[in-house]
Amino acid sequence: MLPGLIRCVARQLLMLKIEAILQPSKLDAVKDALLEAGIEGMTILEARGHGRQKGHTEFYRGREYTVDLLPKVKIELVVTDDRKENAIQAIMSAARTGRIGDGKIFVSKIDEAIRIRNDERGESAL
Amino acid sequence: MRNSISAQMRKCIARDVRPEDGVWFSPDGERVHQSLWDLLRSKVTMSGFRQLLLLSAILVVPAFSFAQPVAPAPTTQDQIAALQQSVQNAQMNADNAWMLTSAALVLLMTGPGLALFYGGLVRRKNILGTMMQSFAMMGLITILWAIAGYSLAFGHGNLFIGGFEHLFLRGVSLAPNPDYAATIPEQTYMVYQLMFAIITPALITGAFAERMKFSAMAVFLSLWSLLVYSPMAHMVWGVGGLLNANGGSIPSLDFAGGTVVHITSGVSALITALYLGKRLGYPHTNMPPHSMVLSFIGACLLWVGWFGFNAGSALGSGPLATSAFINTHFAAAAAAFGWTVAEWIHNGKPTALGAISGAVAGLVAITPASGFVQPFPALLIGVIAGAFCSFMVFEVKSRLGYDDSLDAFGVHGAGGTLGAILTGIFATQLINPAFGKGIATGGIDGHWRQILNQSAGVGVAWVISIVGTLVLLFVVDKVIGLRVSAEDEHEGLDLSQHGEEGYDLNT
Repeated sequence: MLPGLIRCVARQLLMLKIEAILQPSKLDAVKDALLEAGIEGMTILEARGHGRQKGHTEFYRGREYTVDLLPKVKIELVVTDDRKENAIQAIMSAARTGRIGDGKIFVSKIDEAIRIRNDERGESAL
Repeated sequence: MRNSISAQMRKCIARDVRPEDGVWFSPDGERVHQSLWDLLRSKVTMSGFRQLLLLSAILVVPAFSFAQPVAPAPTTQDQIAALQQSVQNAQMNADNAWMLTSAALVLLMTGPGLALFYGGLVRRKNILGTMMQSFAMMGLITILWAIAGYSLAFGHGNLFIGGFEHLFLRGVSLAPNPDYAATIPEQTYMVYQLMFAIITPALITGAFAERMKFSAMAVFLSLWSLLVYSPMAHMVWGVGGLLNANGGSIPSLDFAGGTVVHITSGVSALITALYLGKRLGYPHTNMPPHSMVLSFIGACLLWVGWFGFNAGSALGSGPLATSAFINTHFAAAAAAFGWTVAEWIHNGKPTALGAISGAVAGLVAITPASGFVQPFPALLIGVIAGAFCSFMVFEVKSRLGYDDSLDAFGVHGAGGTLGAILTGIFATQLINPAFGKGIATGGIDGHWRQILNQSAGVGVAWVISIVGTLVLLFVVDKVIGLRVSAEDEHEGLDLSQHGEEGYDLNT
């Protein structure tokens, strides 16, 4: 029981960063899903990139050229470990279409979190 | 009481009755009328015509106190002469109204028409620099034209260039100059021609976009305007010019400037593009337009402004202006169609850039022909120009590998050349008996030799452009240096030349 208790407490103290790279058209759906899952703080960046997804072709003065760097949206969240799976499921269910180009999610550890307003530290700053 | 009106009035005036609160009472105290006017009116309706006559007589008498001493009545001859003068004034004012409007329309073509068209086609970091080049012409060329440009183009001189008689616009008054336009003030003509002188160097800026120093551009184009544009304008339109349709040695038909404006600017553009070299990264780096929206707006302004360019070249507001107006519009539409179809076949998709470029190509090609051809030949000229210029831009430019950034040569140089030749074919005395009443004008009239004359005009334009531009580029390069440094080119003209940013996306 004690190890379980320790693990449970530890998971509430461990902070993780979740970075999700998505199609721009999925941004609203993912935001809504995260809010429903109880996650309120997030940072949204406009990005460009590609994975296996091919670009599209455009024409300029009769010449065709490919545009490889496609517009993407990146969402960054910092959550405690116990909420990680909720967040990931929320993102995936909202963003998945089943086609190439859906995006990726990366999870990494965060060493410190600080609230600027009152210098709160740790998971209560999230 | 059937008193006459005068009796009633006399009573009132004689203080038998006073107006109390705007009500006039009859002598026996009865309230009779609301006002003196009512009183008068009631009298008129009662006594009718006679009272009205009396009243009008009373009112008219004072007028005679202002009468002038009576002059002898004008003779019929005088009246006819005055009438003829009025009619002439009315015609002149009508022509002047259209000409001033046309001048404004042509300026609109440069600012903001061309500024937007070119501005949208370059990369974002160069938008202001590109627009500044057109705007600088609006300022600089005006000054130069007023000082010397007009005189060199339209003064009396020799076959190739005018003179200095109108330096500082001396002798250019509000009276007409019958050599050029008998029904408008010469100053109107001068300012109209100024707008052409402004747009011609502005067109060249398309070839050296994104890599020319602002200072060098200003000096180069100022000299170009005086030493290439003014002489060419003189040769085609000036009194005694080599190519003047009226009595020149090689009479060439150029209604609104196919050779003077478009061939000179287009060919000079090509020479400049070749001399300066390609942009860094061309052709393997993609450099698509940063804002097709701006280019689209600019192209539409060019189309509308071109009505002033072509229909204004009729130098009057009569039926010839109508012909030129219609031809202009038909050619633009047909050429947009032609380029779009050619591109659809070539690439599989019709682009907005192709459509607007097509319209401009048609406008260029119809420019020399606008006041000489009939409407359906104008449509044909448009379609041919659209297809031909698209070919020049798609195939010829990429095969030969020169970096004419905004296709100034492909559209203006090539389109102007094509238009000048087609003018020789389709010009007809039915629209414009340019060589005299009853004399064949162009090919379809039977005067096929005109095509040779047109070719000569084209040749002269090419030669003066190539030689003049090369010399000026060389000189300015040695003295100031033409091209921006590589760092400046990477940073963009907006920051490096002007210390500004076109768009601030952070605020």
